[in-house]
Amino acid sequence: MEVPVVRDILSANAQVAEENRATFAAAGVLVLNLMASPGAGKTSVILATAAGLPKDIRPGVIEGDLASSIDTEVVVAHGIPAVQINTGGNCHLDAPMVRSALPGLPLNDLDLLFIENVGNLVCPAEFDLGAGLAVVVASAPEGHDKPYKYPGMFARADVVLLNKCDLLQVFEFDIEYFQRGVAMVNPEAPIFQISCRSGAGMDAWTAWLLARVARPG
Amino acid sequence: MHELPVTQGILEVTLEAAQGAGAQRILAINLVIGDFSSLVDDSVQFYFDILSRGSPAEGAVLRFQRQAAIAHCWDCGHQFEATVPLTPACPACGSGRLEISGGREFRVESIEVDDGSSGSS
Repeated sequence: MEVPVVRDILSANAQVAEENRATFAAAGVLVLNLMASPGAGKTSVILATAAGLPKDIRPGVIEGDLASSIDTEVVVAHGIPAVQINTGGNCHLDAPMVRSALPGLPLNDLDLLFIENVGNLVCPAEFDLGAGLAVVVASAPEGHDKPYKYPGMFARADVVLLNKCDLLQVFEFDIEYFQRGVAMVNPEAPIFQISCRSGAGMDAWTAWLLARVARPG
Repeated sequence: MHELPVTQGILEVTLEAAQGAGAQRILAINLVIGDFSSLVDDSVQFYFDILSRGSPAEGAVLRFQRQAAIAHCWDCGHQFEATVPLTPACPACGSGRLEISGGREFRVESIEVDDGSSGSS
């Protein structure tokens, strides 16, 4: 006998993601799920973005990492509250991991929460965390073919940041080709060219982000 | 790479559905998986055989129905199956104005269960 099911395989994760979403909404926090390859500059993007926001915007960070706490220490050194999730070798964060990290943050005092996912352009795309914005960070040294090779990831993005844009020429990065690849799977997502090192493009990105943050008071 | 949590998801959804149907044993599970997901079928079956031991799903066969993503050319209207890595230009007219949809399906479509009608009982 055949029994119809028609249910998402990750529906258990999706359920917790919805609970996370409700928690974030109640606390008035905009949550960003940052996904990228290792080395694209996720931590740098968090620090540069936080530094570029007005002083009344209070950020927090959840750092997902395979094992180390290097990134968390860097973030905390900048005076930003941060908690660490070690996935113990798991290649992505999931919604229950994020939920377990929340008690470690002063959620009601935050306006913006960055979740730095595990560096990986494949698995994190499949797991909803309950974040408000999926941010995919690409970078010039990775090459312009990434949207063509990892369409699943770029299809999920609400916004794409092309980091290290001061190096586009060095790496003969074809920006038009890259943009076309993103648009193919995701015509809606804006692409911001930024450089955390030089500060180029950060104003446009932070302004876009700020328009989506619920301001205190 | 993330086959283990995915397989746990398949097992949970399946056992719940079997229970709802009052089934004692699950014989097969039909999955619909989009081509953009990076699952390795053999690896999922491998994990499944271990995770399902002692459950009503033990011994069940996983059937993967792969769903292709579809590319549509905005210039000539040509439609074709999009495979990874994506082609940057329409094979019919060479245009780069393509839009791709689908490829992200990830669900348990149906299960085949032993409803107890077979055998002498």
